[in-house]
Amino acid sequence: MSAVVHLATPGRRGPDLEELVAKVAFGDQDAFGHLYDVVAGPVLGLIRRVLRDPAQSEEVAQEVMLEVWRTAARYRPERGAVMAWVMTLAHRRAVDRVRSAQAASDREQRAAAESHLPAYDEVAEQVENRLEREQVRRCLSGLTEIQRESVTLAYYRGYSYREVAELLGVPLGTIKTRMRDGLIRLRDCLGVGT
Amino acid sequence: MTVADLHTLTGAYATHSLSEQERQDFERHLAACPACTLEVQEFSAALARLGSAEALVVPAELKSRVMAGISSVRQLAPGVAEEATTTAPGRGRLRRYLPRLALAASVAVAALLGGVAVQQHGQADRARATASRLASQQAAFSSLLTAPDARTTTGSAGSGVGTVVYSQSRGEAGFLASNLPTLPSDRTYQLWYNDHGTMRPAGLLPASNGSLLLTGRIDGAAGIGVTVEPAGGSRTPSAAPMMLLSFA
Repeated sequence: MSAVVHLATPGRRGPDLEELVAKVAFGDQDAFGHLYDVVAGPVLGLIRRVLRDPAQSEEVAQEVMLEVWRTAARYRPERGAVMAWVMTLAHRRAVDRVRSAQAASDREQRAAAESHLPAYDEVAEQVENRLEREQVRRCLSGLTEIQRESVTLAYYRGYSYREVAELLGVPLGTIKTRMRDGLIRLRDCLGVGT
Repeated sequence: MTVADLHTLTGAYATHSLSEQERQDFERHLAACPACTLEVQEFSAALARLGSAEALVVPAELKSRVMAGISSVRQLAPGVAEEATTTAPGRGRLRRYLPRLALAASVAVAALLGGVAVQQHGQADRARATASRLASQQAAFSSLLTAPDARTTTGSAGSGVGTVVYSQSRGEAGFLASNLPTLPSDRTYQLWYNDHGTMRPAGLLPASNGSLLLTGRIDGAAGIGVTVEPAGGSRTPSAAPMMLLSFA
């Protein structure tokens, strides 16, 4: 677990995201347009991974971007990077949608849609993104099976940790610690610790 | 739950996999635990990488819709963030933070209706158009629309459309009327919570267009009903509801 691979050097992603958010907080629509260009792909991708349904995913992505615009003044750099803030908002919304009564009735449809993963050409194929995916995959493969399953079932599928415990047939307390252990390993492998 | 137990919840918290009650308990703990806060931040950063690895090419129309949307979403003022995120939830907080949260409701309504009323396209479109003209009337209503779990149900009465917006986490509901039949001046629309057949008074709407935050809490109600009553309202419905909208 020692090899930390550093990818995109900070700042290589064009405009400085913190600066953009500061401008957005004061109503700068151009800055918001630039911010959108950087974060919309990851936002939509994550939501789509959780919800599966393309139309619902776009709706939720739109809600998230409007939330970013509305709450830009709430962003605090000392609490984490812009991308982490936006992706946390996106994940929260996607999970809320999955858990809503509405979506609960769609669970079966969701399961049926499992096979309809995004077509290959829909996946952003920039080199940077491919490297990112490879690194994430490599770091995930360094986890124990229960660590990996508990993190990915919760994060990519929107299951509660109780559901994860049931699915994996593991006691609740164990899931909590495995999830945390898995995230510690991921954090160290991805080099996002402070 | 012991403090040690709470500390092990950092992972479940960062993946949004706690129940609502556990999340609230953990957030209270978080406020007094800098180590947990740091850990949650680091986990969120790691998870953001997992999310970013899933990036997709975004359809161009989405950007057009978002850019069109922001012009009518009012932003939080810089510098008010802390109170909004750290004050305990509840009605008191809602009131206090309303003046700052005057989101122009039109876009929120549009987004919400776009999100949930898929099976009712025509009605939703009409309600959306009208809602955009009406909804700025009530800041409280706007605030309800920003609840993360806000949902809507739309129904029609003649040429009119009624939409209930509700948030189970806040226990609150609001009603949007658009082009309901015009009433004589001695009559009013009255809103009711439908407690599984028993109607509980929830406010008056003396106009065929408008929005109001219902009085009283959802408290397990199955939905809302609308009746026509003498001006001033009634204690119990004087006729069968002209509209019944259920909470999903």
